Amino acid sequence: MVLSEKYELIRKLARDFATAEIPSELQDEIDRTGNYPQELLRKFAKYGFYGIKAPKELGGQGADTLAYVITIEEIARVSMVSAIYVSGANSLGSGPLMLAGTKEQIEKYLGPVARGEKYPSFGLTEPGAGSDAGGVVTSAVRDGDYWILNGRKAFITAAPISDFCIIFAKTDPSKGSKGITTFIVDMKAPGVSFGKPEHKMGIIGCPTSDIVLEDVRVHDSDRLGEINKGFINAMKTLDIGRLGVAAQSVGVGQACLDEAIKYAKERKQFGRRIADFQAIQFMIADMATELQAARELVYNGAVMKDRNDAKASMYCSMAKYFASEAANRIAYKALQIHGGYGYIKDYRIERLYRDVRINTIFEGTSQVQQMVISGALLK
Amino acid sequence: MRIIVTAKQVPDTNEVRIDPVKHTLIREGVPSILNPDDANALEEALRIKDENPGCTVTVVSMGPPQALTMLRECIAMGADDAVLLSSRAFGGADTCATSTTIAAGIKKIGDYDIIFAGRQAIDGDTAQVGPQLAMRLGLPVVTYVQKVIEIKEGSVVVERQLEDGHEIVEVAKPCVLTCVKELNTPRYMTIGRILYACDEADIKVWNEKDVALDPADCGLNASPTQVVTSFTPEPKGKGEMLTGSINEMAAKLVSRLTEKHVI
Repeated sequence: MVLSEKYELIRKLARDFATAEIPSELQDEIDRTGNYPQELLRKFAKYGFYGIKAPKELGGQGADTLAYVITIEEIARVSMVSAIYVSGANSLGSGPLMLAGTKEQIEKYLGPVARGEKYPSFGLTEPGAGSDAGGVVTSAVRDGDYWILNGRKAFITAAPISDFCIIFAKTDPSKGSKGITTFIVDMKAPGVSFGKPEHKMGIIGCPTSDIVLEDVRVHDSDRLGEINKGFINAMKTLDIGRLGVAAQSVGVGQACLDEAIKYAKERKQFGRRIADFQAIQFMIADMATELQAARELVYNGAVMKDRNDAKASMYCSMAKYFASEAANRIAYKALQIHGGYGYIKDYRIERLYRDVRINTIFEGTSQVQQMVISGALLK
Repeated sequence: MRIIVTAKQVPDTNEVRIDPVKHTLIREGVPSILNPDDANALEEALRIKDENPGCTVTVVSMGPPQALTMLRECIAMGADDAVLLSSRAFGGADTCATSTTIAAGIKKIGDYDIIFAGRQAIDGDTAQVGPQLAMRLGLPVVTYVQKVIEIKEGSVVVERQLEDGHEIVEVAKPCVLTCVKELNTPRYMTIGRILYACDEADIKVWNEKDVALDPADCGLNASPTQVVTSFTPEPKGKGEMLTGSINEMAAKLVSRLTEKHVI
């Protein structure tokens, strides 16, 4: 897709920012220690990266989905964990509010996220409800003007650092996915606690943990959308949110290709650069072609979303499915080109390979994407 | 208060390679950027604007239409508006003709308090346009500004970089200040401002008639500089850094110079 000057400037901004603010030494330190610098999070906030699509009146940037995916792609090219912080605020955190929030809720919650004053998280998954998101058992029981929430959410990205979480809870246990309601839960409310951050394979530096809810009282004014209509809200958020993961995949895929090309030109075996061998050349050609195909699918999904195309959800799923699988194939080949050096932590490809593995899993596995795509075609 | 910033779109010399046969710059595929010193000039203007509500920052450039992208970048950083002086008549200009054209553009804009320019552009490295501009506009100029200390009612107090220190200069407004990179760290654009710069901002494009210049006073016609030849100097090779105390280093230096039969 040939992009206009506007999107090229957005790409330049994201690239310049990520390259200058997240140098490779810092990336290594984050991966080694698991500590993400608060100062960097504040810089993302200061420059408006948490409110890319949020309206200008609320302090957001008022941009479209295409601008969003280009930004995520460029940040992920430098640091995938950083891209997760940015996309988390923009999609899973802001999405449900933009879809179902009242004017008051949007001002109270979306505005501060867009301005970088508050950080959101998204609590759908439970130990027993992953791909089968309708199977949540966290309960919300009405008590006058309040709701009493009990349950456990699992694998919640950025849970321990978030100010509030969009929680999906059963309000009618007899009705399955049609008995789920959405709540905005203050993460400092009495009864809220967090599990230990998981020891993950990659994307180290963004804590993922359980959220435990024990008799947490939530005022009815913090109920998001209609009672028992929460599942639709969750699915619509994820429909579009997964484009962020697709864009991260393109960014990391590009980083893998960059590393592979650099290494293939440096490394000498049998008296010449390994880039001079056709076995390497063909791998590079495959990687670059798959990457470009993935990128086109992602931009296409974004444009379809911005046009409110009836099949936008399917196109976003195609983008997420193909880009995340392609990025893993690209990472595999990039590591193969590095040989034994790619298996040690001194080389950047080792981290990229670990980081990108999650992309075929979170925000809907590849298999769930296949269900969405075929579901749209066969209904 | 109005501040004018002069800016130039230049090839990113970090990305420029030399053609090994022709010994010329390979310009294909080299991105064009806002000249780094000009980014410092713009940043300083924007800082003054941040602290002085009602202050307007206008960026002026001369160049082909593609320089509009760079001016949009300046607006996306926070400049209020921009003017591009662009015409075939301006082509082939040396610094002398360039400063005539830019001065004419600034005269047309009119009322201003400070003109910030970058010290020099990375493609030509002349550092002449800023001071020439001051001469043509009849303004005082301070070059190598590394710090703006105070903006007063009728003057500006700045720190001027010297090779071995600095001097503090108070200069009457309006004036031209040329900036070095030590002055500040330029800010990033924001996405919201990029949208504004591309969708809403009105960047004026003026030719020689718009700024009341005779074509004979523009571009190649008015450029006394003639490039006779250009060449790529042979790379010198890596220098050797001496370490140790002054006495040790002096001893090493003498022995190296003796080895090379210099002394």
